[in-house]
Amino acid sequence: MLRVLPPRDAAVSPVTAAESPFHVSRLSAAYGDRPAIYDLTFTPPRGALAAVIGPNGAGKSTFLKAALGLIPKIAGETRVFGKPLSANRREAAYVPQRASVDWDFPASVLDVTMMGLQPEIGWLRWPNASHRARAMQALEAVGLAALAGRQIGQLSGGQRQRVFIARALVQDAEVYLLDEPFAGVDAATEAAIMDVFRDLARRGKTVICVHHDLATVRDYFDYVMLINVEKQAEGPVAAAFTAELVAKTYGRRALGLSSAYGA
Amino acid sequence: MNEFLQFSLVPMAMAALAAIACALPGNFLLLRGQSLVGDAVSHVVLPGVVIGFLISGGASAVWIMAGAAMAAVIAAAAFEAVRRAARVEAGAAMGVVFTAMFALGVLLLEQSNARSVHLDVEHALYGNLESHIWLAAENWAALARAETWRAMPAEAATLAGVAAALSLLVALFFKELRLVSFDPDFARSTGMPTGVVQFAVVLASALAAVAAFSAVGSILVIAMFVCPPAAARLMTDDLARQVWLSAGVGAASAVIGFLAAGHAPLWLGFQSTVSAAGMIAVVSGLFVLGAAMFGARRASRA
Amino acid sequence: MREFLGALALQGGYNTTLVMVGAALLGAAGGGVGAFALLRRRSLASDAMSHATLPGIVLAFMIGHAVLGEGRFVWLLLMGAALTAGLGLWVTTLIAARTRLREDAAIGIVLSTFFAAGVVLLTVVQSLNLPGQAGLQGYLLGSTAGMLRAEAELIAAAAAVVAGAVFALRNLFIVTAFDEGFAAARGVNTVRLDFALLILVLAVVVIGLKAAGVVLVIALTIIPPVTARLWTDRARDMALIAAGLGAAGAYVGAGLSATVPNLPTGAVIVLVQFAVFALSLALAPRRGLVAAAVRRARLVREIKSGRWRPASAEGGA
Repeated sequence: MLRVLPPRDAAVSPVTAAESPFHVSRLSAAYGDRPAIYDLTFTPPRGALAAVIGPNGAGKSTFLKAALGLIPKIAGETRVFGKPLSANRREAAYVPQRASVDWDFPASVLDVTMMGLQPEIGWLRWPNASHRARAMQALEAVGLAALAGRQIGQLSGGQRQRVFIARALVQDAEVYLLDEPFAGVDAATEAAIMDVFRDLARRGKTVICVHHDLATVRDYFDYVMLINVEKQAEGPVAAAFTAELVAKTYGRRALGLSSAYGA
Repeated sequence: MNEFLQFSLVPMAMAALAAIACALPGNFLLLRGQSLVGDAVSHVVLPGVVIGFLISGGASAVWIMAGAAMAAVIAAAAFEAVRRAARVEAGAAMGVVFTAMFALGVLLLEQSNARSVHLDVEHALYGNLESHIWLAAENWAALARAETWRAMPAEAATLAGVAAALSLLVALFFKELRLVSFDPDFARSTGMPTGVVQFAVVLASALAAVAAFSAVGSILVIAMFVCPPAAARLMTDDLARQVWLSAGVGAASAVIGFLAAGHAPLWLGFQSTVSAAGMIAVVSGLFVLGAAMFGARRASRA
Repeated sequence: MREFLGALALQGGYNTTLVMVGAALLGAAGGGVGAFALLRRRSLASDAMSHATLPGIVLAFMIGHAVLGEGRFVWLLLMGAALTAGLGLWVTTLIAARTRLREDAAIGIVLSTFFAAGVVLLTVVQSLNLPGQAGLQGYLLGSTAGMLRAEAELIAAAAAVVAGAVFALRNLFIVTAFDEGFAAARGVNTVRLDFALLILVLAVVVIGLKAAGVVLVIALTIIPPVTARLWTDRARDMALIAAGLGAAGAYVGAGLSATVPNLPTGAVIVLVQFAVFALSLALAPRRGLVAAAVRRARLVREIKSGRWRPASAEGGA
């Protein structure tokens, strides 16, 4: 969080729907008869570090889940490089919120990481040595290789987040979608996660995060979408993450903060 | 010894098989915080079993199993409808569905008894383990003959089949079961049909409940769903070991409980025995108590 | 049929009418208490308690026989029931608090093992062939047949007392159910209130045991409140509606059981209450399935045709 890197805006230019690694078009979803998101279209460029931001209850998590088909949607579709997501699930890796899981579960760090290889291993087959090696590689990338045998209940919050990320890394996907990965983690973990993100972007992968902390958007991300049920803005951070647009998205709630972001 | 073979071996084995059949899916219900699905399943299968029994005239195990499976399906669907529409907690929604279905089962039992179809209420509730005698097993030599085995009570064979099938399924689909129990959202994101897997666990529970029904009765099946897995959970952090332990605790409860029910009263000077099914469940509860006091992993750390 | 309708109109004879009125009072108490238990999310904790009554009933019977020469005193049996049910509740909280097992597992463990212990004791009593032990069977599934007048009057009186207690505490319950933190800040002892609530549930369970039986008595505290939830969003109304539905369902059910042969009381009451629930589930104006389906279909149409507009109420956006 203390390391400031030059903004990557120059590398991030708009793309067409067919070129986008995770193009969501006109997505709407509702719980019962209360719409949570409406008519959202999102076209992040390849290699972007993208943030999805908005106030609580704005539908950020719902957007992610509906785009991935985890909850039923009323309208819209998701395409990976122009092809339907349902036929290309291997290209998208999902990291849910930490709180959605019972960490007292009987599994080790390595066990959880290997869960990411489930689609590759398939039903009725057992993981082999090469699967284990890839899992260990992913754990090294997040700095947890020494804890591979540890019971997940004994990990700190930051370590748990890193296990989740290792599980995603092992899938070797094109796009990584994370729900609030920086919530409640220590500074060392935050730095480790950003290292992983920047490495992914360098290799041409795309990272999309639901993010809660307005103060770090400029430091960490180069592409952003602001939502509050509907899309309020989308684009490179310099263009889309402005005081007016943030104020519009957050309404009266962000008024006290808008001056911090300057125009 | 001949008495043991003829009167005790089969009931004891049936009880152990029933315990194992219920404990296996019980592990995954426990991990999902759905132990009370076991409670619900053991109540809702009652009307299904009675209807299957009535349709087939008591002759067909298949109809009874089908009735139980149908009841589980209806209960699962009703549970979802209640939970969503009334927006109440899962426990309350489950309570509505399973008490109503159990009431229906009780009503059908009473009505069918009135027409003198033989379905004893007591036995439906807490089983009739001691009745499964195997007169053909006169001595150990008799076990070498095929016709001795053909004369074994049919429910025993059913239980053995169900226990074996469930063991195989748990072994084959272990990593999928583990993943869905741990993080169903992530599982779905990889394309796994988590709803199907979760429903399969419920269905397996229903079939185990029905198979165990003839041995220990519907109400005591829940002990087998919850206690052996709970005891195992308190003893280990390794899921595979937990599953093995739960089967072991279940089988041990069955053997100890059966012997205690049959012999302890005689030692204490009573003339007759006590309910074997009840004693087995009590023993399984004692295992949980022991694990809660001395188990290596009893405390919560998360 | 004519007999049943007659019973409904209080023409069924003293005993039948007494049983029906007692059942109605029990249903009202169960509905009222159950409404608050539902709001506090304690519906299934009561299941553990009700199953845990069995060993207490049988033990009390045995002690009564040993000490008094005769075991069949209703007050004695119910006291035993209350004691082991309370013990069961205590063990449930202990397991959930001290081990890594969660509340659902704790409830299941207590429910099954206490009930099993009760079944074992029941067979002990049967083999000892103590006089009157056949009557203990009635506690499993409930039966109002052969209920003594004194017993029915006891049930009616006790149920009225419980209903009164719920009524007296209703404001505290409502405030705590709505916002526990707020209530605590205003000086309400929420721990003691929760305890009082569970005691009242226990009272309903114990009173209703003879009529509805161990397994089904809990339905009296679950089905009417869930039904009421379908009709209103306000706690006070919910408790009232639950009490009313509970009373009506129990009254009709007890009447049916008394006038039609081979209808076990507890089961019939539960099924009548479930029928009311099912109708409400389908037809309730805001939360019923039909209404929800209509609203959802309308929303889907609006969104797909692009005519939907967000309400401009949230966050100033």
